[in-house]
Amino acid sequence: MSLSTGIYNTLFKRNSVFVGTIFAGAFLFGVGFDTATTTFWERWNKGKLWKDIRHKYVTDAEE
Amino acid sequence: MLSRLTAGAFKKVASFGASRSSTLFSGSRAASARFASTKASSSAFESLANSRAAFASASLFTVGSIAWYTHLYGTLPFVGKVHASHLSDEGLHPSAYPWSHKGPLDSFDHASIRRGYQVYREVCAACHSLDRIAWRNLVGVSHTADEARAMAEEVEYMDGPDAQGEMFQRPGKLADYMPAPYPNEEAARSGNAGALPPDLSLIVKARHGGADYIFSLLTGYIDPPAGVEIRDGMNYNPYFPGGAISMARVLFDGLVEYEDGTPATTSQMAKDVVTFLNWAAEPEHDERKQYGIKAVIIFSTLFWISLYVKRFKWGPIKNRKIFYNPPNNTH
Repeated sequence: MSLSTGIYNTLFKRNSVFVGTIFAGAFLFGVGFDTATTTFWERWNKGKLWKDIRHKYVTDAEE
Repeated sequence: MLSRLTAGAFKKVASFGASRSSTLFSGSRAASARFASTKASSSAFESLANSRAAFASASLFTVGSIAWYTHLYGTLPFVGKVHASHLSDEGLHPSAYPWSHKGPLDSFDHASIRRGYQVYREVCAACHSLDRIAWRNLVGVSHTADEARAMAEEVEYMDGPDAQGEMFQRPGKLADYMPAPYPNEEAARSGNAGALPPDLSLIVKARHGGADYIFSLLTGYIDPPAGVEIRDGMNYNPYFPGGAISMARVLFDGLVEYEDGTPATTSQMAKDVVTFLNWAAEPEHDERKQYGIKAVIIFSTLFWISLYVKRFKWGPIKNRKIFYNPPNNTH
């Protein structure tokens, strides 16, 4: 069984599974894409963001 | 495509179609139909379009349109005008400064926002209000919740009415907006020799040149050049349109003492307070740029996918060849 046949049989063959694949894929992509862009943003702006300077002002009582 | 054909061509094609059953492949008809679009035509439409009456009415229409436009709007677009004024009336053009948040991927420098808030509170707030910023807006941007709450509680706000219908004073809460230095516009004007200190909430958006202009204005105070008269109580600033501004220079080296030890030079304070005011004008700035990164990635991917799908679908149609095999002309 080739790879494409395997994908077809497991994901595309039944419509319920197909729709479920789309929903799960959208959810996982959303989470991954969010994490990736946020990681890039925080690395690019390192030292300028509030989370980078917050520790200087937070008192122990808050933590 | 059709507009390039003359009216005569349509006539020729029509007559060709009507007679095709009898003389389909006779050479002369085919040739005349083929060159129809390049031959001079003598249709009634063309003779009307080329007539003097058409020329005259088109000219009249043009002149009428220009006259009507000039009457309505005063001037014509794209035509230069002579001004009886000097360029200094427009204010000096500010330089472009390398702000830490200038690029499409750059966030605000939040340490600078915090220092800028200190400058605003200790210097600017004596005259300028900041109506659209509440204490809670500072939380998670430049101050912790406890700090913001402590700062708010130092200010008394009027609240009420209470159960007896009386208004009462209470210490501020996070949800309260920044206190204004004057109770109303008249009080502000009378305290500043008739000039109204503008509210600073949206000042960076509201001024041409934005952050560059505010920075240039704050650091640009000089003595008036020879020949420029500045009235009493006014100050000369080349960046201010007209040159005469009611606000005096307020930022001098060492005016505030930064808690993080940054040397408080004039330009440092101006940079910090402009960053703070830029944040006040665009509190959504950081989030907006983060969404921008995502949107550009997603939409450019979708764009290239749509190009691929278009070519995928159209490829066979565009690359097909249609052959015409004429019947043997023997009958």
